[in-house]
Amino acid sequence: MSSELADVLVATALIGALALVHRPLGDYMAAVYSSRKHLQVEKWIYRSVGANPDAEMRWPAYLRGVLVFSAVCVLFLYLLQRVQDKLPLSLGFKAISPDQAFNTAASFVSNTNWQSYSGEVAMSHVTQTMGLAVQNFVSAAVGIAVAVALVRGFARSRTGELGNFWADLVRGTIRILIPISVIAAVILIAAGAIQNFAGIHHITTLSGDKQAISPGAVASQEAIKDLGTNGGGFFNANSSHPFENPNGFTNWLEIFLLLVIPFSLPRTFGKMVGSVKQGYAIVAAMGIIWFLAVVAVTWLEYAHPGTASHLAGGAMEGKEQRFGEGNSSLFAVSTTMTSTGSVDSFHDSFSGLSGGVLLLGMMLGEIAPGGVGSGLYGMLIMAVIAVFIAGLMVGRTPEYLGKKIGTREIKLAACYILVTPALVLIGTALAMALGKGQSSMTNAGAHGFSEVLYAYTSASNNNGSAFAGFAANTEYHNSMLGLCMLLGRFLPMVFVLALAGSLAGQQPIPATAGTLRTEKPLFTGLLVGAILVITGLTFFPALALGPLAEGLA
Amino acid sequence: MNASLANSARMVWAALRMLLVLTVVTGIVYPLVVTGIGQALFHGKANGSIVKVDGKEVGSKLIGQSWNIKGADKPDPTWFQPRPSNSGYDPLSTGSSQLSASNPKLVAAVKAAKKQVAAFNGVPASRVPADAVTGSASAIDPDISPAYADIQVKRVAEHNGLSVARVQMLVDEHTTGRTAGFMGEPHVNVLELNIALKQLAEK
Repeated sequence: MSSELADVLVATALIGALALVHRPLGDYMAAVYSSRKHLQVEKWIYRSVGANPDAEMRWPAYLRGVLVFSAVCVLFLYLLQRVQDKLPLSLGFKAISPDQAFNTAASFVSNTNWQSYSGEVAMSHVTQTMGLAVQNFVSAAVGIAVAVALVRGFARSRTGELGNFWADLVRGTIRILIPISVIAAVILIAAGAIQNFAGIHHITTLSGDKQAISPGAVASQEAIKDLGTNGGGFFNANSSHPFENPNGFTNWLEIFLLLVIPFSLPRTFGKMVGSVKQGYAIVAAMGIIWFLAVVAVTWLEYAHPGTASHLAGGAMEGKEQRFGEGNSSLFAVSTTMTSTGSVDSFHDSFSGLSGGVLLLGMMLGEIAPGGVGSGLYGMLIMAVIAVFIAGLMVGRTPEYLGKKIGTREIKLAACYILVTPALVLIGTALAMALGKGQSSMTNAGAHGFSEVLYAYTSASNNNGSAFAGFAANTEYHNSMLGLCMLLGRFLPMVFVLALAGSLAGQQPIPATAGTLRTEKPLFTGLLVGAILVITGLTFFPALALGPLAEGLA
Repeated sequence: MNASLANSARMVWAALRMLLVLTVVTGIVYPLVVTGIGQALFHGKANGSIVKVDGKEVGSKLIGQSWNIKGADKPDPTWFQPRPSNSGYDPLSTGSSQLSASNPKLVAAVKAAKKQVAAFNGVPASRVPADAVTGSASAIDPDISPAYADIQVKRVAEHNGLSVARVQMLVDEHTTGRTAGFMGEPHVNVLELNIALKQLAEK
């Protein structure tokens, strides 16, 4: 079988599996967030925390819950890293420096999982499992909670109430993320991923060398890292490390885990607003953009433009033999477009234009299909914008799902879409103007600029992948990227929840003959167009300086 | 003390307790349960797929190794050679070179590797496959392509006093196809191949 045919089969199996699973999972998630019953373990959690899970919250209270909880998480994770050398199971690793500990805390709490450290020589067993992996769960659950709050804003009327943040956080963790993670982790171990709390294992090879084999609770962390679209690798090599991703099947499974919740949430949304077709219009827009990017990057990697790849006869630098070009491209697109950022191959060594597509995928705002929760609310914001544009064209007051998109709503949506581009462009410009970008580059010229642009794009959009030649572990970049990650995560959430509150308070407008049919393919087309135009106009100049300049040289 | 301040303090306290409770559930119970299942059902894999020869541990099936002449930074012609690694196959220093395809450093490295591999194995440069001259993503890639194994057969056979046909058979036996027939790429595990080679040569 040729590699190309195998790649087509891999993608087909992936799309087939997602199509099969999205319905039961989407419906299940809708039931989880609509149910009035609490599981026994949840009741125990609420009691020990002293939270009332049945108290409805208006948007400011919901937002306060999100922000206070996340702030506590940042502080806790920061302190844990600062004292890891004094805790048990430290493996002899030192405490993490203040700027790097801040960066990592911001990174994992904001669901970014940007890593300026190498896991195998920096983070202790305790930091990995009780600090980082915990954030993999709860930051993902926070993302889904905010998305669900927005969906409730569309679904409810004449109330300002958006649900209970504590209940949403706990349910997402207990009923969705943990069960799937346990199953996925066990499958990963069966396929060869490691799972132990041993020390570093020393052996002598047949050729007489000494080799140190890393230990770790890897499979359990790998499962939630992909499922929660987190992306922070146990090891520096991330999912290219054979202990994290041992073969072609685990690679496929990990891509599936990246995509399964983001592609199922539109079904949850459709279910909760009472029209699954509305969900399908959203998922179609996500799927089209993702698929186009997969085709583009796979084709470019097989064509392997670039002097070194031409000489070598293939774009295998920074790729594993067991994955090859095709499977690596599928992973790369899926990880950048889900705001995950785990990698099974290194994007810095992808061809200039492929790198450009990966960058663009993040610049779209992580909505195709985006991170868990954040992808759905990002896409719904774009839907609001698309409805508004359509309304302008025909001269009608725009409405979406029976809710009027008035001045307040469009202002909030506009603020949302301005946040990350501002962070990306200002962050990159500052780094370059101060010379901090140049001093961190591994590659020179246009590709070097791409490394800086990629870093600030990845951090601000909460992706976490990198053109990893970029030397990120400096005081300046640790601090600035940490700031970008926090603002890029929580500022948009403010606008989303404010919008949700304002929608939930409205009277529903009955649909008339003049209402834009947002469940139709025409709307999906309009949505995709709006996304591409808005992102294109915002980022074209920056892309022209980096990947386009390199790719067309 | 005003009410909102007390309110905020209560919220922070609740958030902290929530984090601690969820830390117990997701940070202690979850990994321990998974570790328990993994250690019970898949003991060897959960501990790194360690391979033994004559009762002695010689490496992990999943972690690549260098096969250099002992004490020298030169490839040993008696062994099948792995892909280039920018960390010398040190598992405590994983990750790739991060060089772009347009980087003169990578161009020079590929050129040099191509020349070296061709000369070392006595084949024309045109037969040297891409994986033989490029660094992997993890820097501990345990595999090479079947094409790279093939061009090493003659050299390995000569240095071990074996027939080319026998060594070629060994390579074919150790070529792993795609998982389930379509996932991933065909590859040859260098450690397993070299162990089999050693056993064959000692017979």
